[in-house]
Amino acid sequence: MNAMKAWLLLCLLLAGTAQARLSIEITQGMEGAMPIAVVPFGWSGPGVPAQDMAAIISADLARSGQFAPLDAQRLPQRPVDGRDVNFNLWRGVGSENLVIGRVELRDGRYQVQFQLFDAVRGVQLAGYTMQADASRLRRVAHQIADIIYQRLTGQRGAFDTHIAYVTVENLEAGKRRFRLEVADADGHNEQVILTSSQPLMSPAWAPDRRRLAYVSFEDGRSMIYVQDIASGQRQKVAEFPGLNSAPEFSPDGQRLALTLSRDGNPEIYVLELAGGKLTRVTQHFGIDTEPVWGADGRSIYFTSDRGGRPQIYRVSLDSAARPQGAPQRVTFEGIYNASPALSPDGKRLAMVHGDGDRFRIAVLELETGTLRVLTDTRLDESPSFAPNGAMLLYATEVGDRGVLEAVSADGRARQRLGLKKGDVREPAWSPFFGE
Amino acid sequence: MNSKALWVVGLSSLLLAACGSLEERPEDVPVEDRGIGAGEVRPADGAEAGGAQLGGEFGAAPLTDPASPLAKRVIYFAFDSSEVTPESRDLIAVHARYLAQNPETSVVLEGHADERGSREYNLALGERRAKAVERLMTLQGVGARQLQVISFGEERPVAFGHDESAWRLNRRVELLYSGY
Repeated sequence: MNAMKAWLLLCLLLAGTAQARLSIEITQGMEGAMPIAVVPFGWSGPGVPAQDMAAIISADLARSGQFAPLDAQRLPQRPVDGRDVNFNLWRGVGSENLVIGRVELRDGRYQVQFQLFDAVRGVQLAGYTMQADASRLRRVAHQIADIIYQRLTGQRGAFDTHIAYVTVENLEAGKRRFRLEVADADGHNEQVILTSSQPLMSPAWAPDRRRLAYVSFEDGRSMIYVQDIASGQRQKVAEFPGLNSAPEFSPDGQRLALTLSRDGNPEIYVLELAGGKLTRVTQHFGIDTEPVWGADGRSIYFTSDRGGRPQIYRVSLDSAARPQGAPQRVTFEGIYNASPALSPDGKRLAMVHGDGDRFRIAVLELETGTLRVLTDTRLDESPSFAPNGAMLLYATEVGDRGVLEAVSADGRARQRLGLKKGDVREPAWSPFFGE
Repeated sequence: MNSKALWVVGLSSLLLAACGSLEERPEDVPVEDRGIGAGEVRPADGAEAGGAQLGGEFGAAPLTDPASPLAKRVIYFAFDSSEVTPESRDLIAVHARYLAQNPETSVVLEGHADERGSREYNLALGERRAKAVERLMTLQGVGARQLQVISFGEERPVAFGHDESAWRLNRRVELLYSGY
């Protein structure tokens, strides 16, 4: 498996898109990943197709750590239609799974057809035809990868999703430029939605994935904004005295959990976005911050140092977001646990886990209390689950630069997303589309 | 040359005025040291001792004079701690005395943290550090209106390394006097 562990550089920088500056390297592959053959898609139209669909699909599947796409040289034939597949040729190549497809340009629109076969049994497992204009072709490729992933793993794919993050560029005279950006989950199609000379922090997706809440210091101190991603319109939603920080949308998208120190020290509150009604959730002289919602919106996990050191606690809420009972401590292992992120199924809690020397990403199984450290770096921050729970995205420091890394939930597959210049931090993986 | 001469004249008259009206303010000494020269107004060697005893320790330009006890404006902290060390207490006391004597002067207490751990927790920690300084100053007679607390957490480091030599410089509260 050395080849798998070799640093396989996937050049995902699209030629011609000036903004695509994030590059992805697979830094650790997964042993026992499922072989899959993705044959270059056929093309009928003028010139070359706008996107290499098979390359996008292969890269998606490889990033998940679950699949090992075959080298193009090892493909025994390159069919573009199911009728042309000679299953006898495929039985010797070591891949049960075969993906073929073709793209046609018809009346200015692309028609994409693909089929997934079990090559050993000679049966089709999935087959679809999709239509798109040129700007949506990458998205169609991600959707195809999602279908393949789901068919073969039984779990929903998260390739057709987005990420948000903050980049920092050092300018002359100690000045810095902060950008809040959104991109496809594979780092492509980066778009800057906010630029500031002052720090930006803690982007959080609304469940409809149309809005982002974040913290901006543009007014000289931390305040919370909610911005519509498509239009760029934004609204300052919290500018109380003291800290305004750590926004997190409720599962219904109607409320924000946040941290305010307006009453003297940092406490968790819930803000109704329509009407601005504020409900205080915590009451303690220690630091309470970083609220994250339970999947049903009836509990909040948060970081508190009420026990002397930062640990993660959970408090139940009634339907009006009023606390029910005293917060219960959730983390016990390690002297520093912060930045909680709940898996979409609500069963696992990711966090920054400090052992005194290193700050690494760990995942706690809430039912069993088993804590598993997933990373081996020392300055990890801000874990964020993929919406299918299969990967975690987090920020870390490599060679004096801030980069993002993604690790599979079992810790076996790993990638790095970095800039050639400057730092990337504060990642937030979007929810699924249409939820 | 002309402007320098004017400056000297200006300071000299300020000195004379100060000396004439308030003998307990020998804060003119640092100005003399900058080369007013003749030394005719210099209160000889009694300058430092007299200043300390009389409470006028701050000089004529206390916020721009690098020799002023107010020149140190950063208070450092241990990891994940907002406890003020005994040495820092002395420094805070000096600033508190100045602010209490100059109620029109205000200062921003800007709290910071090192890069380790959670950014949001560090933002809260920076605030708690700044509030610890605020509390001590308030106890020493500084008006609440003179003090403003802001935290930047780990977002504005002054040292960019990734080890303790940088981290100890970043765990800090900066005193930012308005106008300086």
